[in-house]
Parts: sequence; C-alpha cells; structure tokens
Amino acid sequence: MRVWDYIVDLISEVRADWIDWLQDVDLPSSLIVFLDSILGILLILLMVFPIVLIFMWVERRFLARFQLRPGPNRCGPLGLLQPIADAIKIMLKEFIAPAKCDKLVHWIAPVIVFFPALAVFAVIPIGGRADDLAGTGIGALADLNIGILYIVAIGSVGVVGIFMAGWGSNNKYSLLGAMRAVAQLVSYEVPMVLSIMGVVLIAGSMSLGDIVEQQNVPFMLLQPLGLFIYLMGALAELNRSPMDQLEADSELTTGYHTEYSGMKFGMFFVGEYINTVAVAAIISTLFLGGWKVPWNIAFPVWLFFVMKVFIVFMVIIWMRATLVRIRIDQIMSFSWKFLLPMALINIFITAGEILIWREWMTGWEYFPWPFMFVNWVVAAALIIVWSKAFFKLGGGRVEVREVRAGYSQGLGSNPQAPVS
Amino acid sequence: MELRTQPFVINFGPSHPSTHGVFRMRTILDGEVIVDMEPVFGYLHRGIEKLAEGRTYTQNIPFTDRLDYLSSMSQNHAYVLAVEKLAGIEVPERAEYLRVIMSELMRISNHLMAVGFLTSDLGAMMTPLLYMWREREKILDFLEMICGQRLTYNYMRIGGMSHDIPPEFLPAVKKFVREMPGFIDEYDQLLAENEILLVRTKGVGILPRDVAINNSCSGPMLRGSGVEWDIRKADPYSIYDRFDFYVPTGVVGDVYDRYRVRVEEMRQSVRILEQALEQLPEGEYCAKVPSLIRPPKGEVYGHIEAPKGELGFYLVSDGSIAPYRFRIRPPSLINITVLNEISRGWKIGDLIVIFGSVDICLGEVDR
Repeated sequence: MRVWDYIVDLISEVRADWIDWLQDVDLPSSLIVFLDSILGILLILLMVFPIVLIFMWVERRFLARFQLRPGPNRCGPLGLLQPIADAIKIMLKEFIAPAKCDKLVHWIAPVIVFFPALAVFAVIPIGGRADDLAGTGIGALADLNIGILYIVAIGSVGVVGIFMAGWGSNNKYSLLGAMRAVAQLVSYEVPMVLSIMGVVLIAGSMSLGDIVEQQNVPFMLLQPLGLFIYLMGALAELNRSPMDQLEADSELTTGYHTEYSGMKFGMFFVGEYINTVAVAAIISTLFLGGWKVPWNIAFPVWLFFVMKVFIVFMVIIWMRATLVRIRIDQIMSFSWKFLLPMALINIFITAGEILIWREWMTGWEYFPWPFMFVNWVVAAALIIVWSKAFFKLGGGRVEVREVRAGYSQGLGSNPQAPVS
Repeated sequence: MELRTQPFVINFGPSHPSTHGVFRMRTILDGEVIVDMEPVFGYLHRGIEKLAEGRTYTQNIPFTDRLDYLSSMSQNHAYVLAVEKLAGIEVPERAEYLRVIMSELMRISNHLMAVGFLTSDLGAMMTPLLYMWREREKILDFLEMICGQRLTYNYMRIGGMSHDIPPEFLPAVKKFVREMPGFIDEYDQLLAENEILLVRTKGVGILPRDVAINNSCSGPMLRGSGVEWDIRKADPYSIYDRFDFYVPTGVVGDVYDRYRVRVEEMRQSVRILEQALEQLPEGEYCAKVPSLIRPPKGEVYGHIEAPKGELGFYLVSDGSIAPYRFRIRPPSLINITVLNEISRGWKIGDLIVIFGSVDICLGEVDR
C-alpha cells in the first residue's frame, strides 16, 4: 500500500502548500477557508466520478447477466470503457429545449438535482475520521457533528429540482412525473428519517464518525427493521424499480426528464447513479459498520468500506432486475400505512432497549446481544403481519363521474372542464 | 375551501413505449384517474383488403403474414382454410397435421410475447420478457428451419404447404415439447407468486362476461371472462377434433385471469403438439392444385382460433382468379373496442397494464 500512502501524503502536502501560499498573499481568513474547501470539492469530484463510472458499468453488466444477455462488451476490456464512451457521446449531443418551456427553470433543474447528490459525499467517512486524512487512510472530508441531519437536508433538495424539471418542460408526461415525484419523495422522507433515528439513539450522536466508531458490531444486527425501512425508502427516493413511479418509462415515457437531452439529461442520469452510490454508502455507514472491520487486518480499511457499498449496490440492482413496478396509490399507502407505523414502533422499542441497556445492564457494554434476537423477532413478525394486511388494502378503481356529457364532442379541442 | 380540479387530455401515443406499435389512446385524466379514453388507430393502414382484390388467391398469402406479424403462420392458416372451403379443395392428411403443428407453435410464441410484454408494461425492467424471448427464439429457429424466415413465413399454400419439413425439424421440436412444460412452470412460479404482480393485476380491468359477449370479444379476452368459447372446440376446423385438450377459462375477467388463460393455453398447446407429433403421418404435403385457382361463384367465411382470438376471412368469388371481396375479421381490433369500458376509473399505470393484457397487434388492427 505504498502507492496509496504516497497519494495521501501528496494530497495533504498540496493542501498545506496551498494554505501557506494563500496566507503569503495576505488574503482575509474567511476567503482562505473558502478557497481551502475548493480542494475538498475537487477531491469529491475526483473520488466520486470514477466510482460512479465503475458502478455504472457494474450495473449494466450485472443487469445483463440477470437478463440472459452479455451486456456492454465492445469498448475496452470487458466493456470497461463503455461508460466513458457514453459520457463523451452525451456531452457532444445537442441541448434541445421545448419551444414553450420555462427556460430558466428548465436549465437550472438538472443542476439542482445533480449537486446535492454530490454534496452528500462530503460527510461520509470512508476510512476514518476527518483528521485521519493524512494518517492511516482517507477519512471524511468533513466530520460534521450533525452529519445525519446534513444528509437528510441535502438529500431532500433534489425533489425541488425534479419538480422544476417536470414543471419547466411544458410537457404533460413530465408534469405527471413531477407530481408523482413530490407526492412520493416527500412521503418517503418521513419513514426514512424515523428509521435513522434508531441508529442515532443507539450511537447517541448524529456525527457519522461517532456512529461508525460506536459500531463494535454492525448496527444491522440491532436495527433490522430500521435497515429494511431505510432501504425501502431509499429505493423510492432513488426512483429505482420497483418504485420508479417518477420515471415509469412504460407509463410516462421516463416522466420528468422526457424533454431533456444532451448533458442536461446526463446530469439527471449521473445524478441518479451518484444518489444510488450515496445511499449505498449511507447504508453501509449507518447499518453495516462503515470502515470498521471486526478483526485486525493489514489492509486499508477504506477498501472494506467500498466492498460494503458494492454489496448494498448489488442488492439494489438485484431488486431492479427482479420486481415489477408498484402502482402510485399503492406506493403511497405503502409509505404511510406500512413503513411509517413500523418506523415509529422501531423507535419506541429501540428507546426502551437503550434505557435498559444504559441503566441496568452492566457487563454488556460491548454489544447487547439479547436485544439482537428481540429485534429480529419483532422485525420479522411486524413485516409478516403487516404485509398480509397491506396487500389487502388495495386502492384500485375510482368511480368516475360521467363527465362525458360536458365535452363528449370536445375530446379533440381543449375542453373546459365541467365544474362540480 | 373547495379544490377545483380540471380534467386534462393526454395522448398516449402514437409512439409511446407501451402502445405495442403505432396506436394512440386519447385519455381524459383527472389527476391519475382515467375519466375517459378514446382509442385512435389507423396509423399502420396499408389497405390490404383492397390490395388483395387485385391479386390471385395464391398471391394473397404473403399479405396475411403482415396482418398479425407475431403469429403469421396462424394468419396463413385461416386464409388458406377459407380459400379451400371456397374452392372445395381436399387437403392431405400430413399437411393438416403440419398446419396444426405450426399453428400451435405460433400460439406458444405469441402467448410468450403477450405475457412478456405484459410484465414489461408492469415495469419489470425487461427481465421476464427476455426470458420469454429465449423460448420464443427456439420456436423461431424451428420456423426458420422449415421456410427460411423468422417473421413472415408464407409457408402454407392452398391445398397444403409449400414444401415438406426438413429431417432435423421433428427431433428438434420433440425436444422442445419435452422441455417446454418445465419452462412454463418455472416462469409461472416466478411471476404468478410475486405479491407485487398479484396486487397490480388481480381485480384490475375487469371485463364482465356479458360485456365481453356483447362486444363480440374472442380469444383469451373472452375466455378470461369465463366464457368457454374456443373455435377449435366450438366449430372444429382442420383436424382439431382428433386431439385431447381442454379450454382454460378465467373466473373474474381481470388482467390476472387473462394472464392465467394464456399460460394455460400454452400448456394445452404443448399437449396438442405432443399428440400431433406422435400421429404425424407420411404422405403428400400438398394436394394437386392448379396454379391459378378459379373458385366457383359464391361466398365463404373461414375462421380459426388464432392466438389473439377468432380470426376470420370472408371471401366473395365472382369466378375469376382474384377474390371479388376480401374481408378480414381482426380479433385484435374487436378486442380493443372494450378498452374504454374496462379502463375507465383506473389509474394510468393500470391503463397500460389493461391495454397490455388485451394483447393486440397493430398490423392486424389497422390492416
């Protein structure tokens, strides 16, 4: 791992020189902090883009294997250069905007979707705390004490971009996709945040670095229900199958980005991948133990983290390849009637356990094993019972009023709707 | 405060990923709910019925390939059956068996496509569809073996077939028939026991029995609604009275029932294939027929149970070498006439699924 150490040293040296130089030219200190963070932004870009390109290739290859086809295999060895070829192609494409679109909104929307996805990576601890950057491995770029709050807040900015894209396109498919997006993403935010609360309760901190250091054993074992709810919510947030209602290419012809082309479409597309990798990274940090390895091994810890991210990513691909789409009303009832009550129950149970653990259980500081069994049994029982009930809830057909009388002749023209 | 909502018109199509061709559904939506729906078609109109009046009876066979291009062989079968009825031509035993084999292979292929596209419309990322294609590919290989074509076969002739089957055809089909029930079971387990698929299809797009009959629906559409009507049983043509099979029917008439009927029909087709391959006699593959057929004056209606429903050809002869009138009864067109009634009140996602479950082919709808 000489090379790796060398790179880490190089980065920290460059950073030190950069700050020295800034101080030499006598800039105000606030500006120095700002310029210093540019290095961080560059680091995120340098780190995230190769990862995203590789994961894009991984997804396409594995999806192809699920579907009995070879997948991309022409560009480079095993088709590894395919994402790069696609990126070059998409950058050379023309930007086409619909004639009557809202130009400003149409242009800004992809940016608003793209950069929050990138910003999540700032707080994710890859190989240690933030100050480890020059030490054992690459750590987090920023170790905020409210890291989780930051992730939740930044993650929900994307909805605005999606709605802007749908609205600004002046296209009915896009608008329908955008309306679905707002309904779905806002609903799933609630159970997602509540499911993280279990982890926060156990760790007693909102800093991602603290959470990872608390995990002597991955929190997945203590929070099976939390992991399940977070994964479901994340699938809905990422608009991946089986919850890709926002795109729904067989219904809405890819929904909110129907009218986008060129790199503007590319930003939505890459943004979705970055989001997926980010969610996989968050899940591995919160539930799978982050960079921590249960045994001592002479191996860079960040590689373990990447492996965990990869496993979560594979699960997401697997679901995408297997399941059919859920209808929009079923998705909404899944969130409000299924995930939300379970998340609340999870918080109550976890809080009770924390109380018992902290107050009365001496000698169990390392890991409260009995609670693991309790939580798994509770999670299994809740999921089984609720799923039986859920699939009976239905939704389904709506009794339609006879509006035909109002404009039975006017199907072609723009009908003035009858006011009820 | 009362929210004032306004229904709006949205066009699904003519080029939309799940209209299975160039078809337009002009829908009035109230949010996600379908208030009204008007199917618009004719984008693929080629005037086959008129063109056919200027060509001889044999020259018309390639036209029939281009009706329902997903089951060309069945279209050939219906047409040659009608002409033979009109001209009073006897078909040799072997040719009849070959026709049954081809038609049933075509039915399996068509239903694989129908079920595959239904799952694709449900949003399953192409995976089930590509698995269905693996089996369909085998059937296309057989048909390529016998006539060199993979889509428009033009294999049947008036009085028999254009040529005999090659020697490698029978062992290959026998192997396929042995393997196919296993594949059908496998896919059925993967799909029919998936909770999401059940919740998306059960009770969705119910076509009541009387509505189905009143709109003269046919094929899996009609049988899904619980009407046991199959022309192979009701008015046995060719040699279908010699085979042992039953007509699967649904109970409720929803999307799921139509899907079940298609899967069961594939199983029955495999059974028919098994028996036909066993009984296949040696002999002539085509009757001695003059190259220019001049049927006597008169009219005839020949119909078969095509994969999509009752396919009929109504021919009027004035004694010349070309038909005076050439009229097709397209099952797809008649089946989608109920689309408005069964999709009103459902959501956009359901409209796509209901439309997919009707299983139409635009080549046949527009002719």
